[in-house]
Amino acid sequence: MIRLEAISKRFAPHLRPAVDDLSLDVPEGSICVLIGPSGCGKTTTMRMVNRLIEPTEGRIFVAGEDVMAMDPVALRRRIGYVIQQIGLFPHMSVADNVATVPRLLGWPRAKIETRIDELLHLVGLDPSALRARYPRELSGGQRQRVGVARALAADPPVMLMDEPFGAIDPITRTRLQNEFLKILREIRKTIIFVTHDIDEAIKMGDRIAILRDGRLVQYGTPDEILAQPADAFVEDFVGADRALKRLALVSVKDAMSADIGGEGGPEVAPDTTLRDALSLMLAKGARRARVIEGNGTQLGQLSLDAILARISDAGGPR
Amino acid sequence: MLLDAVRWIVDHPRIFLDALETHLLLSGAALALAIALAAPLGVALTRYPRAAFATINGAGAMRTIPSIAVLAIMLPFLGIGFKPSLVALTILAVPPILINTYVGVRQVDPDIVDSARGMGMTGLQSIFRVELPLAAPVMFAGIRTSAVQVIAGATLAAFIGGGGLGDFITAGIAIMDLPRLLVGAVPIALLAILTEFAFGGLERVMFRRG
Repeated sequence: MIRLEAISKRFAPHLRPAVDDLSLDVPEGSICVLIGPSGCGKTTTMRMVNRLIEPTEGRIFVAGEDVMAMDPVALRRRIGYVIQQIGLFPHMSVADNVATVPRLLGWPRAKIETRIDELLHLVGLDPSALRARYPRELSGGQRQRVGVARALAADPPVMLMDEPFGAIDPITRTRLQNEFLKILREIRKTIIFVTHDIDEAIKMGDRIAILRDGRLVQYGTPDEILAQPADAFVEDFVGADRALKRLALVSVKDAMSADIGGEGGPEVAPDTTLRDALSLMLAKGARRARVIEGNGTQLGQLSLDAILARISDAGGPR
Repeated sequence: MLLDAVRWIVDHPRIFLDALETHLLLSGAALALAIALAAPLGVALTRYPRAAFATINGAGAMRTIPSIAVLAIMLPFLGIGFKPSLVALTILAVPPILINTYVGVRQVDPDIVDSARGMGMTGLQSIFRVELPLAAPVMFAGIRTSAVQVIAGATLAAFIGGGGLGDFITAGIAIMDLPRLLVGAVPIALLAILTEFAFGGLERVMFRRG
């Protein structure tokens, strides 16, 4: 859906390139997280997709079309765009903000009005209460939701998000991440998502692209990257607890065994992550946990061995 | 003495109203011209940082030139009368509007402009729908400064035959007729104060949101 072919960007001839010979393929309907230390070229890479920055070399395709052959304005109207400070227009109401792209596209008024309500509902805001408000009258979390609604307004197949949940408190952030993932299950989008937070990358990304000094160091699923970091930089970047982070990607129901033998051990719900289950087992000093469904029936059990097997498969730590 | 001035006005309503009309026309036209020139130029300068540096500093320097000097300089080039006065007053009114437009547009949060462009606004759409509305309060403050300056400055048009309320002041001084002098001076002072308040009120109504 989005394909970067050997793109480079030099802002000045004598500087080292901000992005250096980078190739990336983002399949339709997936989230590709660009991550790396500041100055690694992640934002520059993202901004080249909608031509806010133009590559010095290489080609970029969106839905098979070479973006350099397209009118940049038309291209951008087909791509949702959310940035960290959200960039809501302070002189426009929530409704007018959300209506920005549909208006640029010349949608009929009635259709825009319906769409505004629809979108505010989608992002969990009450249209009747918030439509007429101005951005400064909203909380940080609400603003972020409006920013997402605005980016989704014309139902673009592709979205670019630059640290969209960066500037809010951790609790709201986690909630917004979860809600956003839920929204994305209903409306499939192809997304390039920039962050510097590895935990956010692991949580949001179908694939993670790790950048350093403008180069792509590793590109793979969160599990692949955590299991087999390409080099010492990635290993260091993902953190010493990468084994635990991997466990957070798997839920208990995918690792448990169906036998219900034995007594004792703490109870865990089937959709708990292995990481939380392990933490609980460690706290209780137990070698296994009983997997109990909401209604009280036991589904199976989770052993320490099953958890270890999960970490050591796929090659395990080097 | 003030009473004598009032009596003079009552006795010569035509002359007074004509002068008032000229004064207002001169000021209004100069302000309108200045806005028409300075606002687009101010926006354009935000796109050309190098030209902006020179122009904004130039405009700043121009503000230090006394109004009477600007009018006097016009004399050899444009002669006397309404038109040269208009040109001189327009020149006086341009710098505050130019500087404030430039500053107003420049201080719009770059993230907001970035998201406007990123969502597919053209350069002009971004200017008219986002940057100008956000710069409006600062721009308006510049227009307010210019308006007051022009109302006061129009007094000096009398020196180059531009007419207006300044005529009474020059006449009053020439024939040492103090009441006549007040016929010009008091209305000019009142006009300047009125302009200041009117624009101030307009500002509050227009930008209440902030």
